[in-house]
Amino acid sequence: MTTLSFDSPADPILERRRQIQGIAKATVGRRKTYSRAAIGICWVFLVIAVIPLVAVILYTLAKGLPAWSTGFFTQVTKPEGIPNGGVWNAIVGTVIIGAIATAVTIPLGLLAGLFLAESDGWAAGAIRFAADVMTGVPSILMGIFGYIALVRTFGYAAWIGAFSIGMIMLPVIMRAGETAIRGVDPHLSEAGLALGARKFMIARRIVLPAALPGIITGALLAIARGVGETAPLLFTIFGNQYLQANPTKPMEALPLVIYNYSSQPYADLIQIAWGAALLLMSAVLILNIGSRWLAGFLQRERR
Amino acid sequence: MTEQLSRPAAPTSPMPPTIEDNVNLTTGEVFLDRSTGHPVMQLKDVGVAFGGRSAVRNVSFDVFDREITALIGPSGSGKTTLLRALNRMHDTVRSAKVTGKIMLGDTDVYSGSTDPTLLRSRVGMVFQRPNPFPTMSIYENAVAGLRFNGVRKKALLDEAAESALVAAALWDSVSDRLKSHASTLSGGEQQRLCIARALAVEPEVLLMDEPTSALDPIATKRIEELIGELKNRVTIIIVTHNMQQAMRVADRCAFLLMGEDRTGELIEFGSASKLFSEPDDPRTLDYVNGRFG
Repeated sequence: MTTLSFDSPADPILERRRQIQGIAKATVGRRKTYSRAAIGICWVFLVIAVIPLVAVILYTLAKGLPAWSTGFFTQVTKPEGIPNGGVWNAIVGTVIIGAIATAVTIPLGLLAGLFLAESDGWAAGAIRFAADVMTGVPSILMGIFGYIALVRTFGYAAWIGAFSIGMIMLPVIMRAGETAIRGVDPHLSEAGLALGARKFMIARRIVLPAALPGIITGALLAIARGVGETAPLLFTIFGNQYLQANPTKPMEALPLVIYNYSSQPYADLIQIAWGAALLLMSAVLILNIGSRWLAGFLQRERR
Repeated sequence: MTEQLSRPAAPTSPMPPTIEDNVNLTTGEVFLDRSTGHPVMQLKDVGVAFGGRSAVRNVSFDVFDREITALIGPSGSGKTTLLRALNRMHDTVRSAKVTGKIMLGDTDVYSGSTDPTLLRSRVGMVFQRPNPFPTMSIYENAVAGLRFNGVRKKALLDEAAESALVAAALWDSVSDRLKSHASTLSGGEQQRLCIARALAVEPEVLLMDEPTSALDPIATKRIEELIGELKNRVTIIIVTHNMQQAMRVADRCAFLLMGEDRTGELIEFGSASKLFSEPDDPRTLDYVNGRFG
């Protein structure tokens, strides 16, 4: 059979191909420039966005590092004029308050998150809405709430600070837990159902383990958020010059040291405040980096 | 092939074809063979590695003009990996490294002077799952590739969109609702829209990565018929898990298999009829007879 060789303008398809490829080639330089310019602008804005962040970190490093000495970590806070003061009592306080808040809010928030993820009723909707509102409530309100509801009855105490901080952490953990649980492939739950498993068994043996990396990340981020809060502590734990590990008594905490000492007119106290700021920032940074690393590690382990 | 019905025979052909040669006398369909009979793509010793781990290697074969070449083989044999090397889709994966030589006509696909975006406008791709752009209308989907390549003339956009939608057997059902969203189409229609989208750029080669694996048997049948009709317009390389599909549509076949070190290799390349009836390699015979894979 004779075949037509139609690599000629008579063939509309080949003609159009030539036309399109011509346009593509003619405009490739312009398109490349446009694309590079857009990417360049993205970089510029990225740098602008990162500058304040890096500036804060560097400034705190520069101001806070000179305060770090052995005494800073081992001595309790001392009044102006007495040398060799530290923040040991505030470190202990922050750890205890953070630990209490975490121990209470994580199980609570996780179970609430599980409920939110598994339920679509009006109750879940209302709770979800309340949690979202709570995330947006200014943290000082939590402090005032703790003061009015608890301090006036029980007096200043560390556990009330933990309660106020927990109120800030709770919605964060709830929503992070819900998101992580919802991210689990629903087919896995169905596979459990098809084996005759009950709802809670599926949650405990299949869904929660699968959601673990996300849950841990959310929890660590919530802790990082909680230990950095100042306002809820202002009205609840009072502060303490001495080492105090009893949560029913007034206690010192790092954010409180920063807040109180940075407004003092004495250079050595301001120095301590910078040191405490650097310490708190490092702790939060380590928690953040650690949560990412742990999530990534767990993700890799599973494959 | 509605479009070709109205096309007059080319007057400039050196040896004027007689009408009997090119018209099916029973259906009146004009047969236009654009094939040059030459290879459009040549693979020499092609390999792909991810982070130093070889996924497929030692693949050499020619892809002939306006033929359908099928890449077959069990899972893990590197079919899709190989396919994605042909239009430099691996460029986006940092750890991926392609070795060997791939030629598209006179263009060295992996040469430093080859612009990957220009290359991809010449080598189109259709994916496993229909992936029309969800925020665009049917028409905008069809002309998306043209716009990306700098085409602005309305006449050319319209002409290319209609031709591609006709070729993808979609024009009749969508011509009156080109402005509606692509998500209003069924799965099979969405995949045909994706084929039209790829065709509108008038690529020389169309890569299809298991284009029917997400479709039901009826939609699959329509796509397969479509592939057969398209081969006169564009050279097709198709990855398929489905042996019957390869048998139905392919002119030539490349059979890949995972070796003992978990790296895919080319076992046999040849005409589809030979590969499916009397292959040279016993492993090919076992596979096409469904004894494994």
